[in-house]
Amino acid sequence: MAYEYTTPQGFTVKDSGRRIVVDPITRIEGHLRCEVNLDDNNVITNAVSCGTMFRGIELILKDRDPRSAWAYAQRVCGVCTGSHALASILAVEDALRIEIPENASLIRNLMHLCLWFHDHLVHFYQLAGLDWIDVVSAAGADPAATSALARKLSPWPSSSPGYFSDLRARINAILKSGQLGIFAHGYWGNPAYRLSAEANLLFFAHYLEALDLQRNAVKIHTVFGGKNPHPNWLVGGVPAAINVNSPGGEQVINMERLELVRSVIGKCQEFARQVLLPDAVALARNYRDWCHLGGGLSGQCVLAYGAFPDIANDYTQASLLAPGGAIIDGNFHEVHPVDVHDPEQVQEVVAHAWYRYPAGVASLPPATGVTDPFYRLGPATVGTDTDIRQLDEQARYSWIKTPRWRGHMMEVGPLARLLIAYSLKHGDTVARVDELTARIGIPHDGLKSTMGRIVARCHEAAWAMDQAEIFLNRLIANIKNGDTATANVKNWDPDTWPARAAGAGFTEAPRGALGHWLEIADKKIANYQCVVPTTWNAAPRSGDGQLGPYEASLLGTRMEIPEQPLEILRTIHSFDPCMACATHVLDQGGHELAVARLDECRG
Amino acid sequence: MSRETHYEVLARNGVSRRDFLRFCAMTAAWLGLAPAAAPEIARALETRPRLPVIWIEGLSCTCCTESFIRSSHPLASDIILNMISLDYNDTLMAAAGAQAEEAFEEAIAKNRGNYILAVEGNVPMGCDGMYCIDGGRPFLRKLLQGAEHARAVVAWGTCASWGCIQAARPNPTSVKTVPDLVRGKPVIRIPGCPPLPEVMSALVAFMVSFDRLPELDSQKRFAAFYGQHVHDQCVRRAHFDAGEFVEAWDDEGARKGYCLYKMGCRGPTTFNACPVTRWNDGVSYPIQAGHPCLGCSEQGFFDQGSFYSRIRDIPLLNTMTTAEKVAAGVGGAVAAGVAAHAAASAVFHLREKSRRMCDENSAGEE
Repeated sequence: MAYEYTTPQGFTVKDSGRRIVVDPITRIEGHLRCEVNLDDNNVITNAVSCGTMFRGIELILKDRDPRSAWAYAQRVCGVCTGSHALASILAVEDALRIEIPENASLIRNLMHLCLWFHDHLVHFYQLAGLDWIDVVSAAGADPAATSALARKLSPWPSSSPGYFSDLRARINAILKSGQLGIFAHGYWGNPAYRLSAEANLLFFAHYLEALDLQRNAVKIHTVFGGKNPHPNWLVGGVPAAINVNSPGGEQVINMERLELVRSVIGKCQEFARQVLLPDAVALARNYRDWCHLGGGLSGQCVLAYGAFPDIANDYTQASLLAPGGAIIDGNFHEVHPVDVHDPEQVQEVVAHAWYRYPAGVASLPPATGVTDPFYRLGPATVGTDTDIRQLDEQARYSWIKTPRWRGHMMEVGPLARLLIAYSLKHGDTVARVDELTARIGIPHDGLKSTMGRIVARCHEAAWAMDQAEIFLNRLIANIKNGDTATANVKNWDPDTWPARAAGAGFTEAPRGALGHWLEIADKKIANYQCVVPTTWNAAPRSGDGQLGPYEASLLGTRMEIPEQPLEILRTIHSFDPCMACATHVLDQGGHELAVARLDECRG
Repeated sequence: MSRETHYEVLARNGVSRRDFLRFCAMTAAWLGLAPAAAPEIARALETRPRLPVIWIEGLSCTCCTESFIRSSHPLASDIILNMISLDYNDTLMAAAGAQAEEAFEEAIAKNRGNYILAVEGNVPMGCDGMYCIDGGRPFLRKLLQGAEHARAVVAWGTCASWGCIQAARPNPTSVKTVPDLVRGKPVIRIPGCPPLPEVMSALVAFMVSFDRLPELDSQKRFAAFYGQHVHDQCVRRAHFDAGEFVEAWDDEGARKGYCLYKMGCRGPTTFNACPVTRWNDGVSYPIQAGHPCLGCSEQGFFDQGSFYSRIRDIPLLNTMTTAEKVAAGVGGAVAAGVAAHAAASAVFHLREKSRRMCDENSAGEE
């Protein structure tokens, strides 16, 4: 069944040659499988991305209290925790025309920026780090030379030879114990690892420091939302009340709480400036060839909805500090406006997904979407229905649908946001990005790559904490001026609601554009749908042969050792996959129908 | 290859004998044990190799792994590098694909009967299990393979313990929980969405220190942390007792830190340690920060109606008085109601205590 064709996006796909399967892809959220074909030079000529889980949360949301919906939606993902809750309350507030106090808007922004920083930090070190850092090589590093390298890169104080000597001993102890734990069966020694032993040791030290910092970074969520993961949110505002004058115990936002937030922001800013960004630049300089690999759709079609309203309740582009827009066909001189309320813009197709649409329907907007699980493997599948050895990508092959913007498959995420903000010349983006590419020593287009996604993410993490400081100062200024309101309860009582209402909420999750759509009827959710970042990025092909962003980005990369999927991991991880987000279900008024089919969904 | 014990690992890291013993004493104190337990902990850490843990993930949102790496005492990095050997974990392990599968097989083969299987998420039974595919096959297969030779199985979080979001009506993927599916092995539930980071790490520290499972309650939960209602330990409890309630978001009561019971709080029916351990290094917990408890460590918490409906007809601590009546009685009857509630509370704790003592011998056995 060998095939070869050129996609409408201009990529040439050949499924001849050797097939490599990677399942599970680890160091991501959730379950993902990738298959690639290699030519005689071990260059990837075909790539298949398969979302391997289905949970049905939107179906579960039906008939619930819309004010409770955020708690269900939040469980879509515990890694980008809060993103879905935020999109959910925005959708409900949009449907019910609820405006929130400015303090609530500032606090939501603070919480969401906290998530961006946390998520990006954990991604760079814990999730993607081991693709680039050879831990075994670090065990042989010279501590004095590592110290010298550290001091050359940054004034960060944890840089003494003794510090690195202790860490080296710790790594050696693990390697010699015979219990390698999370390092077992890693790709150590693969020629694709190119950092010096000292750089490996330095990065691994920061891996551990980041692991420690991340548990502190989330305290902004804990102050305002009570816990992390899964902090609490509120339709109409935020649950926390402000009282800096009279006794409210430790249960209110008082000066101690605000200063705790300030101290967390300060620590994160310091780490971002002195560790995270210098590490990202050093990594990119050492792996500069990865600034030309893995670009995929990032050079053609990118999408963002935008986030962080500067003016409370104003979600127009004039107010959003992270701007939205769509770039298509590689024309970076034109940014198209994006409207989540327009059913013509975002639509989903299921030609290659394990769902089916009613007869004659090819593409549907989320607001009136249909999800009907339909697990069928194609005739060229190798294996059985419950033991898949090789997928048939010319048939249905993923639990992820294929979203499109005006018919185009789009890449979303930190790189997409950076490119859109750059094209819009938004704020000081151009200066910041130009400085970044100059430090790495690459042209601007070098950002449209695997390494570009990683660097864009770190750049954004640093921006997030600087912006958080601004919002915190504004919150304190409001309190000083006597404004302590945090919730608007005018439409809290469902008796004040119209019989039917519909709304859309959008934001930017750390991984990219996130939209929730819902319909309310008789005070309950009648219909709920999410289109999430990883649905865009991990999508299977659309019916007209377009490749998904993961698939397109894998083409053209050469693997050093085909049995060791290091290069595949590098590029897939550069998107920071979140599969629990991506796999979902919706019904349209007939959930019994879907349930009845569940056990017979297999062909 | 010879395996290092915990103490050897610490010694290599430059930890002195004196610091090591102090660490053991602190661990004993943290676990609520008498000082006499410290030498037992020290002996365990000196003589045993790191505890092998295989951590697998079914249908979930990964909030349990995220919570685990938030642990402050012990630090997640110390757990992963010094206390246990985390031989398989999808989110943190270096290997992927075939190498990940090898790591899984090898961890089982090398530690047959000795490893802990930690399970995050639950198992879809619909679609022949193919709603959660791992290595091309149903996740169910991996769970059963991992459980077969495990010493014990930990059900992390409410997904693995009770079903959580995936099991909420109409349970579209027909999920089952870990205790539903694993037979013939001790199973420990650590519910919560997610569980408290330090409760997760306390379980690990307990098993490493004492080389046995902790005392479990009748629901197979880690008794030390699930024995009390959130309500009974709550920072706002005095306001409940005084009949002082938040009536609307951001009202005067909210700004004075009053009780959230009338806003839908499920603290009175939820067993968890949030008010005592608190979240993220003791910073806060949901009720403290102004939102009602969702009851996320309880079975079926997503199917109990709106999170903002006042809980009704749920007996408070084995009494005939319900929280509903207490709140309804704000004004004249509140004092009587609260007094009855407090007295009943004391009786309940005595009863609980004696029940736990009876259960002690059977705890941890299937």
